Amino acid sequence: MALLKSSKIISTVWVHPPLGVRSIRASSWWSEVQMGPPDPILGVSEAYKRDTNPKKMNLGVGAYRDDQGKPYVLSCVRKAEAQIAAKKLDKEYLAIGGLGDFTKACAKLALGDNNEVIESGRNITVQTISGTGSLRIGANFLSRFHTEARDVYLPKPSWGNHTPIFRDAGMQLKAYTYYDPKTCGFDFQGALNDISKIPEKSVIMLHACAHNPTGVDPRPEQWKEIANLVKKRNLLVFFDMAYQGFASGDIDRDAWAVRYFIEQGHNIVLSQSFAKNMGLYGERVGGFTVVCKDAEEAKRVESQLKILIRPIYSNPPMNGARIAATILNTPDLYKEWLGEVHGMANRIITMRELLVANLKKEGSTQNWQHVIDQIGMFCFTGLKPEQVARLTKEFSVYMTKDGRISMAGVTSGNVGYLAQGIHAVTK
Amino acid sequence: MSIFAEVPQAPPVAVFKLTADFREDTHAQKVNLGVGAYRTDDCLPWVLPVVKKVEKMIVEDNSLNHEYLPILGLPELRSAASKVALGDDSPAIKDGRVGAVQALGGTGALRIGAEFLRRWYNGTNNTATPVYVSAPTWENHNAVFSDAGFKDIRPYHYWDGAKKGLDVTGIMDDLENAPEHSIFVLHACAHNPTGTDPTPDEWKTIAEVMKRRKLFVFFDSAYQGFASGSLDKDAWAIRYFVSEGFELLCAQSFSKNFGLYNERVGNLTVVAQDKDNLARVLSQMEKIVRTTWSNPPSQGARIVAITLNNPDLFIEWKGNVKTMADRVLLMRDQLKAKLIALGTPGTWDHITQQIGMFSFTGLNPKQVQYMIKEKHVYLMASGRINMCGLTSKNIDYVAESIHETVSKVQ
Repeated sequence: MALLKSSKIISTVWVHPPLGVRSIRASSWWSEVQMGPPDPILGVSEAYKRDTNPKKMNLGVGAYRDDQGKPYVLSCVRKAEAQIAAKKLDKEYLAIGGLGDFTKACAKLALGDNNEVIESGRNITVQTISGTGSLRIGANFLSRFHTEARDVYLPKPSWGNHTPIFRDAGMQLKAYTYYDPKTCGFDFQGALNDISKIPEKSVIMLHACAHNPTGVDPRPEQWKEIANLVKKRNLLVFFDMAYQGFASGDIDRDAWAVRYFIEQGHNIVLSQSFAKNMGLYGERVGGFTVVCKDAEEAKRVESQLKILIRPIYSNPPMNGARIAATILNTPDLYKEWLGEVHGMANRIITMRELLVANLKKEGSTQNWQHVIDQIGMFCFTGLKPEQVARLTKEFSVYMTKDGRISMAGVTSGNVGYLAQGIHAVTK
Repeated sequence: MSIFAEVPQAPPVAVFKLTADFREDTHAQKVNLGVGAYRTDDCLPWVLPVVKKVEKMIVEDNSLNHEYLPILGLPELRSAASKVALGDDSPAIKDGRVGAVQALGGTGALRIGAEFLRRWYNGTNNTATPVYVSAPTWENHNAVFSDAGFKDIRPYHYWDGAKKGLDVTGIMDDLENAPEHSIFVLHACAHNPTGTDPTPDEWKTIAEVMKRRKLFVFFDSAYQGFASGSLDKDAWAIRYFVSEGFELLCAQSFSKNFGLYNERVGNLTVVAQDKDNLARVLSQMEKIVRTTWSNPPSQGARIVAITLNNPDLFIEWKGNVKTMADRVLLMRDQLKAKLIALGTPGTWDHITQQIGMFSFTGLNPKQVQYMIKEKHVYLMASGRINMCGLTSKNIDYVAESIHETVSKVQ
């Protein structure tokens, strides 16, 4: 039996007493494989599922919930699905770069109608496996072709999955100051200081809107200064836009920073996700865009993106892209979608206000203004790990230990309970 | 100066370029025998009747939503897919030592498996471990393993052009001489592109050598059911290796046998020695998935899972698969018969001996060029044809074109 747990892969075999058809087996190939740690974000949902407390709350993963705490399938999505079903389409492979109707509309959504980049054909936009797939394609592309700089600068903090994505793609991770724990807001001076020291040609990751995990976004005049500094430092801008429309409720407002940077001459790379703003989470709908110097360069970049994509998954899945394209390209459905996104964003904003009101009602004397000032799905409460642990243990409120809560998990029915819990661990 | 100024134009992926060229061709009798997708006798894509039925069920089910699947995928798909590969009564499954990762098509399954092996097989960091792929093989195999970080990808002898069959001696030599712990990518059935599979006895010999020399088995199973029309028959090699005690990976695709090409349904089946090893392996694969696509797409997975787990739908599916396989077999019979009737130079037994979607005709690059340029019959430079591109309406023209080509061009 000792051989089963041997600490080396050994090349000898041991002989069983004959057991009929059982054959001789060497020790496992996998003896040295360590147990991987559970994913911190998705792990929260799994712990929540196991909890039997009827008052439990899942404020972990960022998936929108309606005011009954249920997943919300957008009405425009259902309509699009019915339209698609009626068309009886075939299931032939998409092109490596994905569905053309989708990628064109995806770029337009981000960059705006009549954008000079799209009209001159100097962008390449490929369909990707939602935001993660887009970031990974981008990271792989930069790793292979942006050889002058290996470093990617992430805001501190950033989405937990950014780091392993870039690392697995072969890049090195660094950080710039972003969040100010003292104010639960944006450390603008700190960010500028750090950015001014980033070596030229490094990649800088910017969250286009609704920063994950903090919910803290720069104001327009702050974005302008950042854009200016980034240009001075000659940095390659990688925008991650996972919440367009979902942050303020307004598509154009949420894309303002992306469009401003492009206007200012930054040739950015951009990841988009339709998981949240169209509720298409499991259908994996996303886009990756490279803004190039001209159409000729865009063609070369496109050819290389295909070479990267083909050995990962060959070509992307149709269903979600088809739904998104139908919505984006059908005026009635597009209008309905804008209304629904606005509705989702509004509910979140309302919950923020209710949470603060309830905390005050509980008698909390802490300053909770940041809960209202922050934007998007997430709120960086400012809770410390020990407080989070108590909130989970004593109140069955599940969240990530950095103090981040998904506002989407808050309803008018449970906001009072949440306020009780937060007050209890912070008073 | 643009940061991308130095990015070179990459060559297009050959098989897709072929289809693009075909589309631009205006010749009335053009035939596309390139990319591997099934076609009906009217040369049209075929959405399986069972798929249509299940899709309708899904669209009409308002209780379904679009929430994220778990990282490893839809559990009902993973277990059912592994059962399809290993058999309902698989002892390995009963032992709890079989697991799976839902992936984006067969490609995605191969890539997750390759990434895992590079990190964790035979100690850590296996960039130097040799990976053997058949000569020839599906052209994307090389890139999958190379982009996963393997630096030493080698061919193993496979196709014997002279005898138009399997180079058994060549395979055995390569197996005997490969460094221990080398990884071998084996096509479970319907070898792509040659359509030439080892016989059961040849598989047994291969297994014996691989076990003795401690070589790692990575099956690529993209055509289960599609090759012979029988799921069990097409999975024989996989099941044999499992019964011989191998720990192995098997990349499964449901693109062809379910006709779900663009929904990207695949499954990486993991057979480990025991539950404990399996758990650790899956936990590491989860980490790899998380930085690649986070979690897989749900639509195609639902279609396959519902079908495989419902006894009536499962039977209906098997019937649909047999329909496709039978049409391919018919085209093989007819093509060979017509070539012989025309008195085409050479022997054409390999057309019916080969199996699955593809046939390695034996046409050389010059002959292929002639076929494309002069006859407007599109096939891969390797001489590979997709049998599904043949129909009762074009088979005479194709046979005549081959006849003319082989007679005129050496």
